[in-house]
Amino acid sequence: MVQIGLPAGALLVMLVIIFAIRPAVISYFGLTLLLKLAVPLVFASLSQMLIIMLGDIDLSNGSFVGLISCIIALYLEDAPAMAALLIAGAILAYAGFGLLIHRRALPSIIVTLGMSFIWLGTAILLLPAPGGSAPDWLVRFMAWRPPLLPLPIWFAIAAAVAGHFALERSSYGAVLRGAGENPRAIARAGWSLVGIRVATYSAAGVLAALAGVTLTGLTTSGDPNVAPGYTLLGIAAVILGGGSFTGGIVSPIGTVVGALTLSLAGSLLSFLAVSPTWQPAAQGAILFIVLAGRLLWAERVS
Amino acid sequence: MTLRSVRVPLPPWSYGFVAALAMWGASVAYSGAGSTAAILATALFFAAFSVLVGTGQMLVIASGPGNIDLSIPAVLTLAAYVAMTVMHGRDGLVVAGLLLALVVGGAAGAFNYLAIAVLRLPPIIATLASSFVFESLAFDLGGQTHLRPPDLLSAFAALRVGSVPVAPVGVMALTIATVLALRRTIYGRHLLATGQSERAAILAGVDVGRVRFLAYVLCGAAAGLTGVLLAGFSGGASLNMGDTYLLSSIAVVVLGGTSVSGGQANAVGIWGAALFFDLMTTMLDTFRIQAGGRYLVTGTLIVLIVAVVPRPRTG
Repeated sequence: MVQIGLPAGALLVMLVIIFAIRPAVISYFGLTLLLKLAVPLVFASLSQMLIIMLGDIDLSNGSFVGLISCIIALYLEDAPAMAALLIAGAILAYAGFGLLIHRRALPSIIVTLGMSFIWLGTAILLLPAPGGSAPDWLVRFMAWRPPLLPLPIWFAIAAAVAGHFALERSSYGAVLRGAGENPRAIARAGWSLVGIRVATYSAAGVLAALAGVTLTGLTTSGDPNVAPGYTLLGIAAVILGGGSFTGGIVSPIGTVVGALTLSLAGSLLSFLAVSPTWQPAAQGAILFIVLAGRLLWAERVS
Repeated sequence: MTLRSVRVPLPPWSYGFVAALAMWGASVAYSGAGSTAAILATALFFAAFSVLVGTGQMLVIASGPGNIDLSIPAVLTLAAYVAMTVMHGRDGLVVAGLLLALVVGGAAGAFNYLAIAVLRLPPIIATLASSFVFESLAFDLGGQTHLRPPDLLSAFAALRVGSVPVAPVGVMALTIATVLALRRTIYGRHLLATGQSERAAILAGVDVGRVRFLAYVLCGAAAGLTGVLLAGFSGGASLNMGDTYLLSSIAVVVLGGTSVSGGQANAVGIWGAALFFDLMTTMLDTFRIQAGGRYLVTGTLIVLIVAVVPRPRTG
């Protein structure tokens, strides 16, 4: 729980500051505007979280989201079967690279770096310049106003709860985390490490595809270069949420909160009227400050 | 039938050179023998820049699992802006600007290491966050303007004596020095020992913190130097001049035969990988392949080479 307290605290502080500057933002409509772009980042971060859980890292996440966005904008309206087939193919390819990484014991950092070029290249071949259009139903769904809470908050809650139950409360979830922390023990216990890696990479592919679907619903068109930043932001969200690169230690709820925090940081800086020149530095400073808090927690615990 | 049946006694680092040679051959075969030397000379210049940042990245990666520097593009750009601002187009200040770029790069590396050590952050996150800070500093210095280099710097960066390009030869000398330093100097041995097993290195009396600190400082200084030379070579500093080096600095190191888990380094292999990337670009240019196909080929070749090359062993 300590792991989640840190990004949650940062999120709360940011919301309070934004509220102090512009009280109107804390309303159903204001929060929808403020958080809607966090939805795809939440899914991209959860996708990255699964890979980091295995002790790997995924440098291709952002360009995979771009590829999905192109497929959706090109085909989903006129040829839904074609769109489904292409997305399934992309996820299958993703799982295939997971298999390759496992079988040849390759460093994931360099294989996923190569994959990022493959996704980007395929996306550009499909859609050389930004264009196409998302189907109306998808755009309408992303603009839907559900009861009680704004849509982005429902999305975040659903993703966090589903992730929590899948990884922290199910027996297969414990096996998956174990495979990241101590693969030999899991193999000795009779589980197939190949199966685990392929299943995890497939699930990561599905989550990254969800990021692409929701993002395209928001931007309404396709663009191969729509989300290169998701790769590193996703990694930051996982670490912010209490994850660790050593494998096995990740938190779905923390990752969701981390993604919301990072996505809100940009809005906070424009509310504070930080000049565009210094916005990156302020983003960096926020990362340093929030992560420095981890140090205080760690020392108090140990 | 398969390659596997014939055991090719090629060391891992040589695959980049073999691939580079194949790309060169394909380009020359397509555009005629007259272009042979010209293609190689141009590739050598761009490869030299990749090798320079790659060598810095290699020292960081070799210093232990998880160590990586994502701030290279921002440091490179920042150093180039600082140097161009100080030189202000005057030939007399070229040396001062170069030294300042080295200092700025080294200071950036020191900042990175302190963030990692004091805040106990994973290097990938610490260098990502600090790259945002360096980026803002470069914005603040340069704004939207394109800063021009002094003529002397441009002439030096692109200098050829006869047909021998000077800057690439200088970087080759640096590569040889790095190889010797890793094998023969105490610091080199300490760096690899730290990368192989931090615990064992500490027990053996190695000041692990100092070793890593120096690796990050050297990496920053290499990025700073590259920034100035690149600005001189390509006619000025611009805000996105470093962008491609984020991923390529990692790619050339790993394809060059250095292990990502640290403790093992190969400085010569970086040349093979860097030449491979540049000659591949040349080849795809001569074949007039569009952006999409170009990325697809690049990605496929990276994965293929990594999958085929035997993995370097680490202790």
